[in-house]
This record gives sequence, structure tokens and C-alpha cells, in this order.
Amino acid sequence: MTNMKVEVLDRRQFLVTAGAAAAFIGGFSSAANATPETAAALLKELTKGGAAGAMEGKIKIDLPEIAENGNTVPVKLSVESPMTADSYVKSVHLVSEGNPGPEMASFHFTPASGKANAAARMRLAKTQNVVGIAEMSDGKFYVSKTQVKVTIGGCGG
Amino acid sequence: MAKARVKAPKKAKAGDIVTIKTLITHKMESGRRKNKKTGKLIPRHIIDKFTAKFNGETFFSSDWHGAVSANPYMSFSYRVEKSGEFEFIWHDEKGEETVKKTKLTVA
Repeated sequence: MTNMKVEVLDRRQFLVTAGAAAAFIGGFSSAANATPETAAALLKELTKGGAAGAMEGKIKIDLPEIAENGNTVPVKLSVESPMTADSYVKSVHLVSEGNPGPEMASFHFTPASGKANAAARMRLAKTQNVVGIAEMSDGKFYVSKTQVKVTIGGCGG
Repeated sequence: MAKARVKAPKKAKAGDIVTIKTLITHKMESGRRKNKKTGKLIPRHIIDKFTAKFNGETFFSSDWHGAVSANPYMSFSYRVEKSGEFEFIWHDEKGEETVKKTKLTVA
């Protein structure tokens, strides 16, 4: 039964995010690509306005300086946190400033994660900034921006 | 559907923070690619949610979009407390789920 509950919540959460993103894309349909502005607007949606007060520090996004193949760019992220029930990292959102769409991925942690670390592989269409924002359990936000030079873009076309 | 591989420890001590690595075969079709012969867009088909549970409780999850590479790799951590079972769930947009389970024994 626990499984069922979690699934429903997750799906709802996804729908809310997707809905927000869709509404947002609708408003800017003339812009084919994500820009720093659309990325910032998506971050605002994802953080329910919290992105505006985000501070530098605590979050580290590890991306290659030069990515030869934009189809699979390794990304590692870590956020400084004791990861206890009182103080932990809730989520990290990755947003693109130069892909066809700004949304990349969100990672959700719990105190049981032990460390707010994650690694994955992303597609990057062209040379651009990737923005990572961490939401802490105390409601604070930390942001980090990394530039990646992409030799061969990775979003088809 | 997709074939998943998980590298998670089988044994650990209480208090250890272990790293889990996962990989699944999936095209993660972004919906932006064109079929070279027909010129038509290939419809989007991606995994949109990854969930990691221990003894039924979610400790890590991730929402994926078109920017996640094909054959998605995901690594993350877990703080070990007791023996039990990991469960990893990949949910794709068409509602298909791939589930992989591994056991953990606390020595």
C-alpha cells in the first residue's frame, strides 16, 4: 500500500511540473530555444519563487569544461549538508540556458540519502550555461552556474 | 521493456554511506529528432521518473526530461541502517515500469 501512495504523489507532482512547464512554453511559443530568461522563469516555477533569493555556495555542479559529444555529458552534483532530519537538501534542479527546452532534471533527496550527491548524463544542444539550484529543508536556496563548451550538439535536429 | 542494471552493495555496516549506480537501456527519444527517410518527427518517449526505495520507503527520486541522455545513468547515495531490500523503479511516459530489487545485509 505504501507503494501505491508514493506513486500517486509522484505522478501528481510530475503533472504539476509538466503543467507549469507547458503553460510557460505556450506563453513563449515564438522562442524555439531555451534562453537565460526562459531558464530563469522555469527555475522560478520549480522553486515556487524561491530562486529569486538564491545564494551562491554550498552547491557544486561538476561538468566538463569542454564536452566533445553533447549527446552524453556527464554531470556530478553535490550539496554541502549534514543530511539529518533537521537539516537536509530537499531537491536539486538542473536547468539549461541553451537546449530546445530549459528543463533538464530534478533530483529529490531525503535524510536517508546520507549525502546530497548525484551523477547522471545529460544532453546539451550547444555551448551554454547549466544552472543548478538546491532547495534546503530550511527553505533556503543555493545556486550555481557552469559554462560548458559543446563541440557536437546533442539534441538531434 | 528496458533492461536495467544496478550496482548496489550486498553487505554494509550500519551508518555507512553507500553509493548506488544504476543504468537502464532506453532511447529517451526527445521528440525533437526527425526520421531521416520520411522527415517526420519521431514522437517523444522518455522515462520521466526514477525512484529508489529501501524497505518500501523512497529515499531518492528524480524527474527526467528530454535533456537526459539515452540509456540513462544515475548514481546516488544511501545511509545504511538495517538489512532489507532496495527497490529501483523506472517509470516511462507510456506508463511502463521497470523494477529491479537487490538485497542488503547489515553485518
